[in-house]
Amino acid sequence: MSARAYNFAYLDEQTKRMIRRAILKAVAIPGYQVPFAAREMPMPYGWGTGGVQVTAAVIGPDDVLKVIDQGADDTTNAVSIRAFFAKTAGVATTTQTERATVIQTRHRVPETPLAEHQILVYQVPIPEPLRFLEPRETETRAMHALAEYGVMHVKLYEDIARHGHIATTYAYPTRVAGRYVMDPSPIPKFDNPKLDDCPALQLFGAGREKRIYAIPPYTQVVSLDFEDHPFERTKFDSACAFCGATDSFLDEVVTDDSGGRMFVCSDTDYCERRQAALEKEAAE
Amino acid sequence: MSAPLLAVEGLSKRFGATHACRSISFELEEGEALAVVGESGSGKTTLLHMIAGLLPADSGTVLYRNRDGVSRELGIMSEGERRALMRTQWGFVHQDAARGLRMNVSAGGNIGERLMALGERHYGRIRASAQDWLERVEIPANRLDDSPQTYSGGMRQRLQIARNLVTAPRLVFMDEPTGGLDVSVQARLLDLMRGLIAEMGLAVVLVTHDLAVARLLSNRILVMKQGEVIESGLTDRVLDDPQAPYTQLLVSSVLAA
Amino acid sequence: MYVAVKGGEAAIRNAHALLADVRRGDRAAPEIGVDQIDGQLALAVDRVMSEASLYDRRLAALAIKQARGDIIEAIFLARAYRTTLPRFGYAEPLDTAAMRLRRRVSATFKDLPGGQVLGPTFDYTHRLVDFDLESPSELALPATAAVSAQPPAPRVTDLIARDDLIERERACQAPVADITRDPLQFPAGRDARLQTLARGDEGFLLGLAYSTQRGFGRNHPFVAEIRFGEVEAELFVEELGFAVPLGEVSVTECQMVNQFVGAADAPPRFTRGYGLVFGQSERKAMSMALVDRALRAGDYGEERKAPAQDEEFVLSHSDNVQATGFVEHLKLPHYVDFQAELALLRRLRREHQAKEAAE
Repeated sequence: MSARAYNFAYLDEQTKRMIRRAILKAVAIPGYQVPFAAREMPMPYGWGTGGVQVTAAVIGPDDVLKVIDQGADDTTNAVSIRAFFAKTAGVATTTQTERATVIQTRHRVPETPLAEHQILVYQVPIPEPLRFLEPRETETRAMHALAEYGVMHVKLYEDIARHGHIATTYAYPTRVAGRYVMDPSPIPKFDNPKLDDCPALQLFGAGREKRIYAIPPYTQVVSLDFEDHPFERTKFDSACAFCGATDSFLDEVVTDDSGGRMFVCSDTDYCERRQAALEKEAAE
Repeated sequence: MSAPLLAVEGLSKRFGATHACRSISFELEEGEALAVVGESGSGKTTLLHMIAGLLPADSGTVLYRNRDGVSRELGIMSEGERRALMRTQWGFVHQDAARGLRMNVSAGGNIGERLMALGERHYGRIRASAQDWLERVEIPANRLDDSPQTYSGGMRQRLQIARNLVTAPRLVFMDEPTGGLDVSVQARLLDLMRGLIAEMGLAVVLVTHDLAVARLLSNRILVMKQGEVIESGLTDRVLDDPQAPYTQLLVSSVLAA
Repeated sequence: MYVAVKGGEAAIRNAHALLADVRRGDRAAPEIGVDQIDGQLALAVDRVMSEASLYDRRLAALAIKQARGDIIEAIFLARAYRTTLPRFGYAEPLDTAAMRLRRRVSATFKDLPGGQVLGPTFDYTHRLVDFDLESPSELALPATAAVSAQPPAPRVTDLIARDDLIERERACQAPVADITRDPLQFPAGRDARLQTLARGDEGFLLGLAYSTQRGFGRNHPFVAEIRFGEVEAELFVEELGFAVPLGEVSVTECQMVNQFVGAADAPPRFTRGYGLVFGQSERKAMSMALVDRALRAGDYGEERKAPAQDEEFVLSHSDNVQATGFVEHLKLPHYVDFQAELALLRRLRREHQAKEAAE
């Protein structure tokens, strides 16, 4: 790699200012998708450029960064993005949720509850919750402006009519501050309740689709449902095989080719801390 | 004496050199059904689309009296207000049912959509309303979860009607509602429509080239030719005793059954 | 005993090292030089410059080397590099009428001022594989005729416009859009559309252009002119009060003449489509012109029925850097969402079985 100097966190100051303006608009209108002029980044569209641009715009030299993908710090894309910021911003990085001030995530919300001084940055592939019902941007823009969301419940109705249950298991649509319908990014619906009344600032970046949206701290976030078919959190039949947790999202691991399976915490930091605590207890 | 439900004044539209509508005016009272008849090219469909706000007029006004008694001009209404009106107080039955339905959504979902748009959040109640309406439009109850792609033309039209009437609108626009259907299917559908219009006290603006449909469904009639109103009045009077030569021609051209 | 997978960092490092090794390949073979790519694979360089929206031959050639010949990967490299460059301003519009022509053909007239200049083209070659090219050749420089100054070669569309037979392009009064600064919004203006098409994927636009010829939005095109050569790029400098030349760029310009259209208050005129690319990418310039015309359906009251006429569809999917990113991102882990789906599916199947058992 050449010794070329980069601006702090790669983006030039003008670009960061432009992104921050978009973030401010997003925070002022919770759940509303603010268009922004996303830049080409050194990683491909679809691999987190939106999240990276948001993080680059808000991160400072004293921040501590954690990056996770599927809940784990060690997955290849999380490693790659963490290395990117270590190189271009020189910030301290961590795998511990409690120590981080900025957390960039793909497809999961950390199990450890977040605090007021933290920022959670989500990577978003498709920001538009109505997209699968209406492919046209001109039409979905009008629907949001006029709060015409009946068609979202039509989708849920169809699920119940066909399967007896609402069939959306991730990227489950929510209503923010009673106004905008928002796609929380492809987090499992298990994580939806964590968005509601969260003390941390939640920012969502979609690079390819060029949209930023936000949930300010302590904002109401309600998952769409019917009165007689209320939103249900996923329950697992087993506990984590490593730490015994029964309240975290579990990954299924195939252990052999005769049907052997085990379930382990998706949030690696959460699991390791619990394991460390168990060992300490056992030692005492 | 309250204002009419709908007051159209001097509505005009040109497409290039063609005058599709020349200064059309009429009034419609609550619960009244008006048929606009003419051959193709008469401007009747353009007129319907302008009144319903689907096509901008070149000149003229359309005044609609809201439930609160206040008359609003459609031309200056915001997009949001117009769309809300479309969902709650108005209906639009298209000639091609596929245009007025969500073809990849079940019949229940189609009927329930307006209820859900208005904030109904109880699945059981929505389903029950949809079931109820399916019965009222004489579609077998076991077709509730089927998509209209599996429906016949006549059934799709019935579904379209149910989808529109579920919010008890005050004014329904119909564009050749029985066009393209077999004669026997048409007859049953017209019978159903006549019953519902009377039962619900609907005001209707109906565009058709079929004088028999006009006679069966409407109280008053406008006869159009090349963008102008040739004759108007009570449907029975105009069809039994046409005054204008063009109307006489239309009436006499209808093949005797 | 199963142990959680770790070592992602080491795996990535090793993958990078392996990539560098296969990129170099057989050490006995000479390493490919950037000069060779620029000179002898010039058309690949041209394409990378166009779709990266960056005129820098050397950089494009280097990107092709780094990308091991994967042109879209090279375009991505160049595009990402472009983002880091400082911007001084916008160049003056290129005066293609003043082009130093290397090639100039017109299908609408047999002969015309400036003539038909074939230039270096594959057009009339027989596509027979030339096995002589396998071994280095001693190709002598060709004899060249002494040439006086280039005869005047006015643009064909200007010639047709003199008789008012073709719609006139109007100078834009409003500020010109910049899709690299503002996100594309629909409906898009023609400036934003042409910018998007200029960097659009050649294959995608070629397919769409082909579809219009086969009836999906047919608009009866004729090539009024294709010209390829050098034009001066100039920058207006405020402090000096005049435009200064920055250097020459090679571009290919394609002007299409399409079916004539009249309105109630205007006599019929030919309509047009426009294509402009860096280098000698004729296929792309022509495809761009055909799609440009198709997307102007609204201007002429044409019904938008075909994919090439659908602005949102064409402009949202023409950028191959975006497209490849999103398509290839499916390789990233998605096991959490898949787990959520599995859980639901298993539950639905259990309920289905219970129902069947009960019957």
